[in-house]
Amino acid sequence: MAESGQNQKFERLEDLPPPVMAVGILGWVRNNLFSSLSNSTLTIVALYLLYLAIPPVVNWAIITADWIGSGREDCTSGGACWVFIYARLNQFIYGFYPEAQQWRVNLAFALLLVLFVPLLIKNFPYKTWLGFLLLLVYPVVAFLLFYGGALGLPVVSTDQWGGLMLTLVISAVGMVASLPLGILLALGRRSQMPIVRAFSVAFIELWRGVPLITVLFMSSVMLPLFLPEGVTFDKLLRALIGITLFESAYMAEVVRGGLQAIPSGQYEAAKALGLNFWKSMSLIVLPQALKLVIPGIVNTLIALFKDTTLVIIIGLFDILGAVEAAIKDPSWLGYAVEGYVFAALIFWIFCYGMSRYSQALERKLSTGHKR
Amino acid sequence: MTILKTLTASAVLAALFIGGVHAGTLDTIKQRGHVQCGVNTGLPGFSFPDDQGKWNGLDVDVCRAVAAAVFGDAGKVKFIPLTAKERFTALQSGEIDVLSRNTTWTTTRDSSLGLNFAGVNYYDGQGFMVKKSLGVNSAEGLDGASVCIQAGTTTELNLADYFRSNNMKYTPITYDKAAETVAGFDAGRCDVLTSDQSQLYALRIQLKDPGGAIVLPEVISKEPLGPVVRQGDDAWFNVVKWSLFAMLEAEDMGVSSKNVDDLKANSKNPGVRRLLGLEGIGGKGLGLPNEWAYNIVKMVGNYAEAFERNVGMGSKLKITRGQNALWKDGGLQYAPPFR
Repeated sequence: MAESGQNQKFERLEDLPPPVMAVGILGWVRNNLFSSLSNSTLTIVALYLLYLAIPPVVNWAIITADWIGSGREDCTSGGACWVFIYARLNQFIYGFYPEAQQWRVNLAFALLLVLFVPLLIKNFPYKTWLGFLLLLVYPVVAFLLFYGGALGLPVVSTDQWGGLMLTLVISAVGMVASLPLGILLALGRRSQMPIVRAFSVAFIELWRGVPLITVLFMSSVMLPLFLPEGVTFDKLLRALIGITLFESAYMAEVVRGGLQAIPSGQYEAAKALGLNFWKSMSLIVLPQALKLVIPGIVNTLIALFKDTTLVIIIGLFDILGAVEAAIKDPSWLGYAVEGYVFAALIFWIFCYGMSRYSQALERKLSTGHKR
Repeated sequence: MTILKTLTASAVLAALFIGGVHAGTLDTIKQRGHVQCGVNTGLPGFSFPDDQGKWNGLDVDVCRAVAAAVFGDAGKVKFIPLTAKERFTALQSGEIDVLSRNTTWTTTRDSSLGLNFAGVNYYDGQGFMVKKSLGVNSAEGLDGASVCIQAGTTTELNLADYFRSNNMKYTPITYDKAAETVAGFDAGRCDVLTSDQSQLYALRIQLKDPGGAIVLPEVISKEPLGPVVRQGDDAWFNVVKWSLFAMLEAEDMGVSSKNVDDLKANSKNPGVRRLLGLEGIGGKGLGLPNEWAYNIVKMVGNYAEAFERNVGMGSKLKITRGQNALWKDGGLQYAPPFR
């Protein structure tokens, strides 16, 4: 028996291809969309809902939409009237900024890109210098370009600023100013010094306890009543201060979360090395803590970016405000949806951009803390 | 005695200080070189930026008229868009010189807010819009109707009062934004739409079939809208008041931006000559140049021109003059004589 078994010749057969239903698109569909009865039901319902939703939207937004023209007379096909956006684009971007001076806004944002893009490139030299320029020199240059009044540029007062430009100015100032302030407040709240701690706690709880809309109202409606009659100061500046203080309270709590996540061994090690408070914070603790809370910080920044639309309640025309004013023009009455869709698209682009950047930053700075 | 002296001195000082700040809005404006005018952030026909970013509207034209009267240049005005909540503060704090923002003249506002209403540039009031197919020609036929309400400060209250006092029933459906209200009315959620009449016309444009809806003639509330100034500066109050009157008087006299030059050169009518500053007191009492009213008519136009251009037949809104016709045409608009 054993002999005959040895004489038997075994040959390895060609592997059979896997069943058609297990690989490729079909396999993926089967595994992911129809793996069980409940999954199949959900898939079919979802497909049906998409079928209900997408064709009318595409039809409205693209197929039957009006793209070219100059007035509402050109919007006759019944779909979206993108002519409206086109006619108002300048106002949506620059607000009431005089047309002859708009190159200044363009130049300022081009400069920002020139300074910022290299920071995204790996191993780009002089990054420290670029960061320095961006944070300390650029704001001054941008202010001079926007506001004017020097180097022969005519003054463009802040009530003429508007649209996307104003949205970006408010959010940029809010972001850049609230982060350092927030870090200081977070350190203050964890400080051993009772007065500093009490002040930080009071500040954070006060500003976090009121809605932003109230802060803006206070700055725009109440503050002028406390000032002597005839003394007014810039509405945009008031809003900027309000937003910065408000956001710094949120930022402080995000940063504090990061500080608490750093093991006390790190603090003690820094002390053991003989570093003083500021050095141990700036060299040991904060670099680790801030890296940990990048998602939280970006979350706050995105919220801030979207919160800027609230300035409409104090009569500043950010991009949404510009849209809302435009749909009140009798020539364009009734095209509100197009305006809101446009504003939503712009906001989405910026917020998604910020989110992607933060993810890239996290990956770059990741040193194995990720679980 | 010393105490009394100190008190008197400080009272005098205080009076001087307050007086010093209050007096001379006109001088301040002349020095500054432009009028600061508070307008609505966006109200069809009354205040809105056009495609070029230029402010337009009936309320905006009042600002332009004031600038034309003061500077002889209707462009010397800076528009400060204001929301309903900050409008009075902006005026009280001196951020603006005149508020021309569809503000209803009421006792409370006139007496307790430190404001003065300089006149009425638009007699508004709550009205009704129905679909023609409903076959209703008067608000009295609205018993049992469902009513879409474009939320306003007092819209719901007026509506309830009107229906109750007429012993009629209704079902209210309230909306916040114009676009929603229109969609609701279009979709047949209600038979009637109510809001201030000026707004009904703006809502009508947004309907799928604007021609299929009519605004009923009844007005169930009084909403006189006009420019407002701070209390305590009568000279400036007069300037704003008479700038508005000049537009009305010009219409009354048949003076328009088209014929004003011709009339200035050739008219024998004493009323026209006084209006245009060729005779009579001119601008002396107001502290303005003699041709102040001429400048208003030349640069902004008379009331009829402003009305038709912004809200009337020359605009998309197509509002009829109604209560805003001159007194001699059966309306309420009336200017005291220029003499």
